[in-house]
Amino acid sequence: MSTPVLDVQGLAFAYPDGHQALYGVNLHVHRGERVALLGPNGAGKTTLVLHLNGILDAGAGSVAVSGLPVTKDNLREIRRRVGIVFQDPDDQLFMPTVRDDVAFGPANLGIRGGELEKRVMEALDKVGMADYADRPPHHLSFGQRRRVAVATVLVMEPEILVLDEPSSNLDPASRRELAEILTGLDVTLLMVTHDLPYAFELCPRSVVLSDGVVVADGPTYDVLTDDALMAAHRLELPFGFDPRAIGRR
Amino acid sequence: MGQGHGHKLHFHGHSPVHRAAPHHKLLALLGFTLVVVATPKDWFAAYGLYLLLLAAVVVVSTVPPTYLLKRLVVEVPFVVFALLMPFIATGPRVEVLGVSLSEHGLLAGWALLAKGTLGVLASLTLAATTEPRDLLLGLERLRLPQQLVQIMGFMIRYVDVVGDEMRRMRIARESRGFTARNPKHWPVVARSAGALFIRSYERGERVHLAMVSRGYTGSLRQGSDR
Repeated sequence: MSTPVLDVQGLAFAYPDGHQALYGVNLHVHRGERVALLGPNGAGKTTLVLHLNGILDAGAGSVAVSGLPVTKDNLREIRRRVGIVFQDPDDQLFMPTVRDDVAFGPANLGIRGGELEKRVMEALDKVGMADYADRPPHHLSFGQRRRVAVATVLVMEPEILVLDEPSSNLDPASRRELAEILTGLDVTLLMVTHDLPYAFELCPRSVVLSDGVVVADGPTYDVLTDDALMAAHRLELPFGFDPRAIGRR
Repeated sequence: MGQGHGHKLHFHGHSPVHRAAPHHKLLALLGFTLVVVATPKDWFAAYGLYLLLLAAVVVVSTVPPTYLLKRLVVEVPFVVFALLMPFIATGPRVEVLGVSLSEHGLLAGWALLAKGTLGVLASLTLAATTEPRDLLLGLERLRLPQQLVQIMGFMIRYVDVVGDEMRRMRIARESRGFTARNPKHWPVVARSAGALFIRSYERGERVHLAMVSRGYTGSLRQGSDR
């Protein structure tokens, strides 16, 4: 088998205050996969995500991205390879215009001039926001801001796109538009979410993190229809949603 | 959510004043203010000249004078102080309409009023004719340290976000039957301000995290990177 895009082995981490968030997490994601990372609040999902691009240092175990270990010396390249879209677009978009914001990442990588401009417009095009390049981000709707946030990461041509709660606070139309954009991208995807129908729609595979360990890893249909597993880890399907009625995808 | 479009001080236009390079405008404002402040209090004609000069710039800029005059209210605290000066200053006194006023106070009050108004009016004219991001660009060209330019950039970007948060907190307070009417209510308002501060601080940390995730290493160029 080829080198996984994401290779997490025995990852453990405790916060400085002594709170242990991860107890030996193993996770492999291969090229082109779309994986949902599910789990109750406080399961350690965000902590795990912050290890993927070296914001947090592993207490034990290792993380590698396409074979490159996440260490201090590799941070620059790791952060190009792993694109994280945070939950609140207002945290991610801070430049005066959409164009400047999308250019921020590649400019940090040393890209300039026409090449920069080309990549910025390509990324905005992929999320359908090219017409808004010169608008200030805070004048856009929430759904538009989330799409621009995705573009700010896509522009770095990451090997894996990590999304933290991509559907939160979106109205149903924006939620669907984002789903269409995400399924249309040719990129490996890891999506942290509580939105189980969204996970089912977008991700063929799901990983359940609970109390700092991976407790399930398999086809999303199997995870969502395993009632004992779901109940044991505070996962609940929303009212009226039944994966069995939809069937395997 | 409910954010106004455009910054409240900027008046959109395409006049020569709007188009002038931001760093030239900044230097002009600085020079003008220094000259005004350095002018002796009793050179009354000079102040008239300054006002004419400023009025000419406003006319060329096509910004409606009422637009600027309305925003002059920020000066009110200084005006109050300037009006008080003739009453509270000491020294020789003169009778004006039967009220005994201090000569020094009158002159000092006049100077404060004249210099303050000219300075505020000039700054408002700059703000009305220059986009915030162009101002940052101008400051950068004037070699203001990067860190300061970045801090101002973040301030401009997040002033609406924090203002919105403050407004939502007020609405939430009022929805639970609280309105700050007298000093007894101040502790509640103070605690809200504290919560807002902590939230903003945490947001700052999250923004930094998002920046680092995109390879931020300490330098940030305002626009003009193409």
